Amino acid sequence: MSSLLPFLDIFLASLVIGVAVFTITARDLFASVVGYVAYGLLLAFVWIRLYAPDVALTEAAVGSGVTGVLLITAGKRLGALKNAAPDAQPGFVFKILAGLLAALVAGALGVVILTLPDPPPSLAPEAAAAADGAGAGLGNPITAVLMSYRSFDTMLEKIVLILAVIGVWSVGAEKAWGGAPAPLRQPKPYAPMVFLAQMLAPIGVLIGIHIFWTGANAPGGAFQGGALLAAMWMITMMARLAAPPRIDAQWLRMALVAGPAVFLITGLAGEVVAGSFFAYPPSLAKPIILLIEAFMVLSIAAALPMLVAGPPSERQDQ
Amino acid sequence: MTPSVLAGLTGAALVGFGLYGLILHPHPLRKLLAFNLIGSGVFLVFGIVARRGAAAGFRFDPVPQAMVITGIVVAFAASAIAVALILRLYVESGNVTLNPEVWTKPNGGDAT
Repeated sequence: MSSLLPFLDIFLASLVIGVAVFTITARDLFASVVGYVAYGLLLAFVWIRLYAPDVALTEAAVGSGVTGVLLITAGKRLGALKNAAPDAQPGFVFKILAGLLAALVAGALGVVILTLPDPPPSLAPEAAAAADGAGAGLGNPITAVLMSYRSFDTMLEKIVLILAVIGVWSVGAEKAWGGAPAPLRQPKPYAPMVFLAQMLAPIGVLIGIHIFWTGANAPGGAFQGGALLAAMWMITMMARLAAPPRIDAQWLRMALVAGPAVFLITGLAGEVVAGSFFAYPPSLAKPIILLIEAFMVLSIAAALPMLVAGPPSERQDQ
Repeated sequence: MTPSVLAGLTGAALVGFGLYGLILHPHPLRKLLAFNLIGSGVFLVFGIVARRGAAAGFRFDPVPQAMVITGIVVAFAASAIAVALILRLYVESGNVTLNPEVWTKPNGGDAT
């Protein structure tokens, strides 16, 4: 069994590169987007081979799935899924030069990878201390790093998501401000799409909550669970079972800021209770981390669909 | 060749192909796709740094892995803003090209 694995690795790597080349060279924008989604799923397998199931889940859910929906929706809205490149193609010499530059950069990176320092530097002992110490009771070291060892980064990343939502909303037309984004699909969705949304959404919501809950001890966590919940909301919007909410809805804005707000308040409370910013009292660390993560799931599940739905639209009837 | 070195070299190749697509594709959405390829290649390089940093009873270094998870989400947020800007460009001008000559035509709108 173990003798087969190297061949599988090589097969997987050539598959990933093959699909990546297809994504770059496909004539059709739609084909290229579909290639990108397949590429993301294949990449998730590579992450599993690197002993990174948490990253694999995130890559499959966010890097491949939600980004795919974002690009397909954008292509549909451009009305350009067939081919929207009226621009002149670059000349032959320019192609060669670009190819040389790309090969040079990839080659340099490859040399760096082959000559990485030995013994390799590692922060694993610190992360292990975080998992045993302040994040006591967390069996998943990734969650311990995200929520305890580097919690400030994670909090700021949630704020980046809010800034991105504000950025997307801001490029809408001025008179559309406060309205709802345009629907994700045409007025009459296909019946199989509606059926899929009706069947999948309840199960998907359950799985999303499970992945968040189990993330304390096993692969999973707030990002992955939140992304699944976001996907379920998007699928109901694509089937027109739910409409995108108005962006001035109070509940939507509360949901968006809940994660970072709870995170920040808990961090500030740590200053008083546990003696330093973002420190948790050891006996309560796990419940506190799960509480923060629960609100983060809510914020991620609200932010990702809003980023895909785009700015508020003037045409409410379409 | 260990699986992690293979994955790292795959990442390097992905950065190369992504860069090639980013430079050559005229369509902004295709450029965005190519840019995401570069990003995932860089993440893979992080992945092998994490794999090599196995210590303290783990088979990987959790810190780079956690940074990649954060990075994937931030990359998505940046892509969403780029898509919003491209769509706005289309709504305002009826054009999705980045070609400066199109914008300087007399009937090409008020862009300068």
